[in-house]
Amino acid sequence: MAFTLQEIAEIRLNFPILQTQARGNPLVYLDNAATTQKPRQCIEATSRYYEMENANVHRGVHYLSEISTQKYEDARKIIADFIHAPSSSNIVFTRGTTEAINLVAHGFSRTILKPGDEIIISAMEHHSNIVPWQLACQYSGASLKVINLLEDTSLDLEHFKTLLSEKTKLVAVTYISNTLGNINPVEEIIRLSKEKNIPTLIDAAQATAHKPINVQMLACDFLVFSGHKMFGPTGIGALYGTSEWLNKLPPYQGGGDMITKVSYETSEYQKAPLKFEAGTPNIAGTLAWVESIKYLSTLDLNRIQQYEHDLLNYATEKLNTIPNIQIIGTATDKASIISFIHKNAHPHDIATILDDEGIAIRAGHHCTMPLMNYLKLNTTARASFCFYNTFEEIDLFINALKTVDRIFS
Amino acid sequence: MNSELRALYQEVIVDHGRHPRNFGAMAEATHVLEGYNPLCGDQLKLFLLIKDNKIEKAMFEGTGCAISMASASLMSQHLQGKSLEETKQLFQHFHAMVVDKQSPDEHLGKLTILEGVKEYPARVKCATLAWHTLHNLLEGKNEVAVTE
Repeated sequence: MAFTLQEIAEIRLNFPILQTQARGNPLVYLDNAATTQKPRQCIEATSRYYEMENANVHRGVHYLSEISTQKYEDARKIIADFIHAPSSSNIVFTRGTTEAINLVAHGFSRTILKPGDEIIISAMEHHSNIVPWQLACQYSGASLKVINLLEDTSLDLEHFKTLLSEKTKLVAVTYISNTLGNINPVEEIIRLSKEKNIPTLIDAAQATAHKPINVQMLACDFLVFSGHKMFGPTGIGALYGTSEWLNKLPPYQGGGDMITKVSYETSEYQKAPLKFEAGTPNIAGTLAWVESIKYLSTLDLNRIQQYEHDLLNYATEKLNTIPNIQIIGTATDKASIISFIHKNAHPHDIATILDDEGIAIRAGHHCTMPLMNYLKLNTTARASFCFYNTFEEIDLFINALKTVDRIFS
Repeated sequence: MNSELRALYQEVIVDHGRHPRNFGAMAEATHVLEGYNPLCGDQLKLFLLIKDNKIEKAMFEGTGCAISMASASLMSQHLQGKSLEETKQLFQHFHAMVVDKQSPDEHLGKLTILEGVKEYPARVKCATLAWHTLHNLLEGKNEVAVTE
């Protein structure tokens, strides 16, 4: 079952920022697709690390170094378990989703892709799942193919099937669209790709905070995600890869920690995942992220999903009662993200007017310029909800949209 | 609604935003330049008819928020008949008003209506897009003006 009002009130108390004000009003934070707020456990873990545990990992033999190395490697296991990866060695720490995709794209461009090869993405990808592949194509002579959308903005699977061929070397698609909120049928995409022995990369940046994920059941080859979109700090994220692929791909960056032996002439590398982790990592960020994951697990992602679905339905219903507003993206399977436009008001003006009442939404192209062009739009306004949001906040949001109506009548 | 927001979205701005003056392409333009704000995707194309160092006519087309459209619209009206020297000074005055938060110079006339944008750092670029495009043109830079 979803959460009770009492439970939501308790959850909100656990997020210090939700007790603050914005422009003299209680903060109504509806920009969760951009980044989520942090629970007390995550914030405290950051200070604790610097106050009590700070030391470099995988290097020293002293007391603190042992503690930080142990905690860092425990964190890898917790993250592996969270997405049901077979082992912690399947988890490579990165700066975030973007770096994780770049790591794979770099490896593919150096060792896999040849002129004439193809990579398939979808029309609703974030720039971070487009530009790295464009770079990989430039380096290798491969080209990019794009899955079309249907009328309701859901993925055109029939078109996808026509794109799959012997030339396809990778399919990289988003689990949940950060702009439209669509939950894509990644199971089907992975199944169809697997039939042709084509590896898949799933961008789960928007998914990990909102639904349970099991990479072994999905059977994807790569899955990428970010800490900050799931209540953890910025600057930390992870790449999940099958052992086969992580062993096959070459190192991404060179430096300390990723080697076993170095001479002036040549070097030997660590096994994955350390092969991909050059330099001192974001230790504090990793330990804090893990506290957010532990906290998230206590709330139960199934219940979160149900509650957020209720929020989505409530907000969709209310938005549909405002005649000047049109929701962009009407796929049936959606996460709690709503893009919309107003007949008379530009998204930036909407966001400024809502901000005046302490309501934070996003306006712009949401790092999906090609999708905007595809939909023949310049920008949209976007409200994105998560489990600490309330029905009351949605009422405030809808009410503030009436001010927009009044100014732009 | 607080007073800053009321100042930002006063009737004249909303009106110019929705019904921009001098909107459209100008076939007889002697100078054409584009401006772009990558943060929000606002695009602008500025057309000027310049004769004897004087702006005889200014027009523009593009898409954007109320602030950027109103700013371009008001600018196009204000430039009519101004010498290039005066125009350069107007750019400085406008910039000083919205970016440096200085009290508006008297030459800005009706453009002072946009003063309220200075309280919204995230929106200043909307108001200056048209002016940056104009500035590039006056400086002889043949490139798209980018606000970022």
